[in-house]
Amino acid sequence: MPQARRIVVDGNEAAAAVAHRLSEVIAIYPITPSSTMGELADSWAAHGRPNLWGAVPQIMEMQSEAGAAGAVHGALQAGALATTFTASQGLLLMIPNMYKIAGELTPFCMHVAARTIATHALSIFGDHSDVMACRATGFAMLCSSSVQEAQDMAAIAHMATLRSRVPFLHFFDGFRTSHEVAKIQELSDDDLRALVSDKAIYEHRLRALTPDRPAIRGTAQNPDAFFQAREAGNLFHSACAGLVQEAMVHFGALTGRSYDLFDYVGHPEAERVIVMMGSGAETAHETIDDMVARGEKVGLVKVRLFHPFDKRAFVSALPKSARALAVLDRTKEPGAVGDPMYLEVLAALREAEEEGISAFKASPKVVGGRYGLSSKEFDPPMVKAVFANLAEGKPRNHFTVGIVDDVTHLSLPWEVELDIEPPDVKRAIFYGLGADGTVGANKNSIKIIGEETSFFTQGYFVYDSKKSGATTVSHLRFGPRPIRSAYLIKQADFVACHQFEFVDKIDVLERAAPGGVFLLNSPHGPNEVWDQLPREVQATILKKRLRFYVINAVKVARDAGMGGRINTVMQVCFFALSGVLPREEAIAEIKRAIEKTYSKRGPEVIKKNFAAVDDSLAHLYEVPVPSAVSATRGRPPIVSDRAPDFVKRVTAMMMSGKGDLLPVSAFPVDGVWPTGTAQWEKRNLAIEIPVWDAKVCIQCNQCAMVCPHAAIRAKVYPPEALKGAPSTFKSDDYRSKEMVGQKYTIQVAAEDCTGCGLCVHICPAKDRTNPRHKAIDMAPQRPLREAERENYAFFLDLPEVDRAALGRVELKTSQFLQPLFEYSGACAGCGETPYIKALTQLFGDRAMIANATGCTSIYGGNLPTTPYTTNRDGRGPAWANSLFEDNAEFGLGMRLALDAHLMQATHALQNLRGQIGGTLVAEILGGGQEDEAAIAVQRARVRELKSRLQNIQGAEARRLETMADYFVPKSVWLVGGDGWAYDIGFGGLDHVLASNRNINVLVLDTEVYSNTGGQQSKATPLGASAKFAEAGKEIPKKDLGLLAMSYGHVYVARIAFGAKMAQTIQALQEAEAYPGPSLVIAYAHCIAHGYDMVNGVDQQKLAASSGIWPLYRYDPRRVAQGQPPLHLDSGPPKTPLSEYVRNEGRFKVIEKSDPERFKRLLKNSERVTRQRYAVYQQLAGITVPLYDTAGQPAQKPAEEAK
Amino acid sequence: MTNLNTPYLGFDLSHPLIPGASPLSDTIDAVRRLEDAGAPAITLRSLFEEQIERDQMAALRAETHEQSFAEALTFFPTPQSFVFGPDEYLEHLRRVKVAVSVPVIASLNGATPGGWLEYAQLMEHAGADALELNLYRVAFDPALSSQAVEREAVEVVREVVRIVKIPVAVKLSPFYSSLSQFALQLDEAGAKGLVLFNRFYQPDIDPETLDLNRSLHLSDARELPLRLRWLGALSGQTRGSLAVSGGVHSGRDAIKAVMAGAHGVQVVSALLQHGPDHLKAMRKQMEDWMGEFEWESLEPMRGNMSLKRCPDPAAYERANYVQMLQSFRPH
Repeated sequence: MPQARRIVVDGNEAAAAVAHRLSEVIAIYPITPSSTMGELADSWAAHGRPNLWGAVPQIMEMQSEAGAAGAVHGALQAGALATTFTASQGLLLMIPNMYKIAGELTPFCMHVAARTIATHALSIFGDHSDVMACRATGFAMLCSSSVQEAQDMAAIAHMATLRSRVPFLHFFDGFRTSHEVAKIQELSDDDLRALVSDKAIYEHRLRALTPDRPAIRGTAQNPDAFFQAREAGNLFHSACAGLVQEAMVHFGALTGRSYDLFDYVGHPEAERVIVMMGSGAETAHETIDDMVARGEKVGLVKVRLFHPFDKRAFVSALPKSARALAVLDRTKEPGAVGDPMYLEVLAALREAEEEGISAFKASPKVVGGRYGLSSKEFDPPMVKAVFANLAEGKPRNHFTVGIVDDVTHLSLPWEVELDIEPPDVKRAIFYGLGADGTVGANKNSIKIIGEETSFFTQGYFVYDSKKSGATTVSHLRFGPRPIRSAYLIKQADFVACHQFEFVDKIDVLERAAPGGVFLLNSPHGPNEVWDQLPREVQATILKKRLRFYVINAVKVARDAGMGGRINTVMQVCFFALSGVLPREEAIAEIKRAIEKTYSKRGPEVIKKNFAAVDDSLAHLYEVPVPSAVSATRGRPPIVSDRAPDFVKRVTAMMMSGKGDLLPVSAFPVDGVWPTGTAQWEKRNLAIEIPVWDAKVCIQCNQCAMVCPHAAIRAKVYPPEALKGAPSTFKSDDYRSKEMVGQKYTIQVAAEDCTGCGLCVHICPAKDRTNPRHKAIDMAPQRPLREAERENYAFFLDLPEVDRAALGRVELKTSQFLQPLFEYSGACAGCGETPYIKALTQLFGDRAMIANATGCTSIYGGNLPTTPYTTNRDGRGPAWANSLFEDNAEFGLGMRLALDAHLMQATHALQNLRGQIGGTLVAEILGGGQEDEAAIAVQRARVRELKSRLQNIQGAEARRLETMADYFVPKSVWLVGGDGWAYDIGFGGLDHVLASNRNINVLVLDTEVYSNTGGQQSKATPLGASAKFAEAGKEIPKKDLGLLAMSYGHVYVARIAFGAKMAQTIQALQEAEAYPGPSLVIAYAHCIAHGYDMVNGVDQQKLAASSGIWPLYRYDPRRVAQGQPPLHLDSGPPKTPLSEYVRNEGRFKVIEKSDPERFKRLLKNSERVTRQRYAVYQQLAGITVPLYDTAGQPAQKPAEEAK
Repeated sequence: MTNLNTPYLGFDLSHPLIPGASPLSDTIDAVRRLEDAGAPAITLRSLFEEQIERDQMAALRAETHEQSFAEALTFFPTPQSFVFGPDEYLEHLRRVKVAVSVPVIASLNGATPGGWLEYAQLMEHAGADALELNLYRVAFDPALSSQAVEREAVEVVREVVRIVKIPVAVKLSPFYSSLSQFALQLDEAGAKGLVLFNRFYQPDIDPETLDLNRSLHLSDARELPLRLRWLGALSGQTRGSLAVSGGVHSGRDAIKAVMAGAHGVQVVSALLQHGPDHLKAMRKQMEDWMGEFEWESLEPMRGNMSLKRCPDPAAYERANYVQMLQSFRPH
């Protein structure tokens, strides 16, 4: 047997590499954590990587997973070998087609990075709830437990489906396996060729639907036929497990890696046995090896083929000595007797007993347990806890493990501190920021160690849910044997903290092993750093006798010209201190890796990296550790003392990374969480913050408008409110004709600012004597932090502007309205959030927001803290996320409910007219609600109504009390990105727009799927490169606005705040005021566009002036006024389109890779841009003829006036 | 028959009128039109040091958003497809080489030693017949001495000459304290020619918005005398070729440049204004003039009006300035 090549890959790549080579058609749709599989296949195809038979697979990104399933179904019917990749909700969308594909006995293998299905909340992490939802489809279900298996089982699944004609769902744990980087033995093309049956492929081809041998499929059958026909395929399903076993034998003979349908490991005479599948089985395997070595009679059955469940194979895999079994499910099925694998095992054992194929003398006890939902840790102590339970006389059934359930008391206790990892496995943990390149460098280190040494390697990376200032924790293991530890490192020999601020925020030494090494990137040198550490860190260093090193990596990186990219520097230090490789060899390898990574990017990058490498060791110092703790300060509290109790008890624990310790009772039972919690998470991300100069300021409020995080705000207030102001609080006379004698302040929230610089960039006010100085400049945050914290607190306490007194809200006055969306985790410089913030300023106190899944739902609703908040009256946006695909329908449902409530309330009000008083009733029912003043009056009427109702008896009055608030209009907003509106949710959106109900749609159009990493959508513009359109999109962007206009009754606006802020504010207000459906399409610059977001506003201006993003408002109300409904708010293209596109990496990359193609695409794009603008121009000149009810031409109002 | 042949950077050109570094050579079609109009060599537009560094470092900036968010570890198609760096320049150079048969001079613009210099070699490998190194530096740093500026420039030239085999011309600005001495240093460092002078984007002030705007205007004949003066001064001093760049709009202008000592006469603005065929017209103007005044070839006239050989060297020197001022009479 030739030695297989060793490669370092993650689970997704391992599976995709097999699927790509064994497929002709791949239809996909991005969804975490499976997206990478599709992206890799697309990228390989784009670079001409063929399948096993020499042809490059056809890759097609679809509009949804339902679409992808339909496309592969068609491809399979037409005789192709097809595959797809998905997870979670995506898999659910495929289920209808899966029934069909299985019912038609079609060889097909799909690969699933198993992920939690959204229930009380969405989770991107891993468990088996998605795959378990497919049990009834008729698909075979084959599970991988590790990266190696993700590759091997992928091949076995493809082999077996061709032989058996039963379609396969091959799955592995999302993130834990899909994203784990490990060293594996590669399956070569020759291996695959030897494994896959040509004959079976030939037979599949023969079954293809073709006019040359026509047949009909997908008939409709009646009671006379359906049942029998459904049973007609039984033999294929019965034979399937045997064919899988044959495939495994064949595979083992070829590769030396043997698998069985059920693999037993452990003591040959085990009495207690766990049955489970997925990555947790690897952890159990490792634990059992340790326990057996200590003489315990324990064992594990790893389930490979879950369906069809071969009871004979299962029973024979179990040791006859088994007396108690624990079946562990990584899913939850409320209402069932037990979770699915438990039930399957129970039924299998019972039947085996009845059929006499069971070898047990006495039936073993069987209990079921649940673990690891949403990637919850499952580690050796938990495995031991399960065995401890089995050792009980009466083991607990339907238990949970890994959480503390203090409500239903289902959880098993476990010994948290236990660590069984052998000392010859080197373990390292790295705390970094997303932006500092820590994860990339660690992946690189794993590759170096994996490829250059005989060590087995494993890397697993934990990210928080923030898109700006995200913290990453890397867990790296290196050892002489394959690494089965599918859990986070508990005791690390090496801990590196790449950001000095973390010592005050995170317990970075919690997982440091006694006697280990602690490396800190610090601005303080070896002789000063000790005194800068908080008490807790000093104490841990002493207690664990850590060897402590520092380096000023920021300085080394900066001196080498690498900016803030400290990754190379820290990587060198890791190799120098960890001793995994000899130092010189490690440095040579790092340099080789740098050359390899950056060879295409030119010598400059390589040179700078080399300089950083060469300088690193000279700046690495061991810190002399004193004998006692000397710090006078402790780690600051996670949240302010003023925070609400829930935030202190629950949210703060999650913020500090200790959410795992929260018991079940800490949580809401139904997923309902308090809003306004982001204000308690002071992230202090900005190195520099804006500083206001009142003398230079022209009080335009543009800075506040563009701020993505509501971290710079404007207020106008009476002078007396300044009493007690902090000494550094700045204020100026407000210069306005309407609001005379008022004061004005621009205030920054120093601890919430991300330092993106958009505010300074947009600021038009220059100091005339020194134009470099503007009304706001950036200055270092640290020296300003304390004073500005106090100033901001004072600012927040200043009175809010009287909304009712403002009159017509324009750009400037809109920024005096309190934002009810603040400090989100969106990217620094985000182009979406300014719109959402404006929405909440204008209508937030009465807004209901249905939010499609995507960036908006992640920074809008990902715990621990959320940005939607309330005003002083406790009112604010009510926000909910249903799914990605159904947001329009979800929002419409809200509208229908509100309309129903209003009808109910109106009915009751009229019935109680006599008791309430006719005047108030008439006023409430006829109350104008056209502006803030009218709304304020209506609120007062409702207050009065409620007070009168207190004195009225009867059920109707009580009913009206609960409904009365609905007399104040609610503003329903359907918010989402272009992936939702243009692609997956388009059908629903179209239907909702056609409903003529009063809803408002805000599409934040970044022109790609931003949240999943920049895959093209139908909003992607012609000529832009995106994932799945690597060479640049050939087709123009879908004109969603024009489609909506075609209805005639939909208000449509296209806006770009950076191009024309006043139009943005105007359009949002018009849309809200329009009594039918409104669609607002907002240009949102995005990191996926490939440039520094500080220039986002400039790009928006260029987008409008080049014509590629024309601004307009289409208002159906203008038809009745005899005016053209379409009004253009930006002029004909005047800036060359090339000026716009050349600033953005997404276009520029095409110029770099294929200049001629770039020119062609640019020319096409210019043509389309001009043509589209010309169409709008003509539309903007058209008045729609009016007809009266009798169908006769009606006079225009203007003519009537004459 | 008039003979316009001229040696330049070791090439024997059929005439001295060379399209200079400009957008004229940006497309293959345009380059072909220049060749059809009789261009004896083509100079490509400059690749800038800053552009090279910026593009290469952009790769790192793009990475700052990567590997930091669980749902999206990257935001662009996988890096193997990303060709960062100014590789499209090299690709263009390759295509131009295939499209034309005349020598192609690639142009590299920068001033300080650095990784960008390796592009000289890449240009050579891509087929460049010669290299024009544009040493453009605005030395604002008060701590930076003129010697240091010149030393670095000479170092750059020495390094480029070391790593390539093709001839290297150096394009200069007129702003050196002792241009003659500096020219000799460059000559010694291995430069095979000097091009006088480069023209810059000049900042302009917008008094209303308080912004600085950059603009570049086409040259006109008023810019020629400065170049004639320095051609005249350097002619016969250096071993390599001399070329003029800036202010040559007619055949007569070209004649003047040759008389001052030029081997090559670069033309840009005139071609941008009148199209590639203007090159033909200029050549004819040269021939006609030479016919009229009975010059058979360029060699005898080259440098006849240089500082060394002209009848009135004082006119090139400072005395000239005094006389001009004294003769100026306000209206």
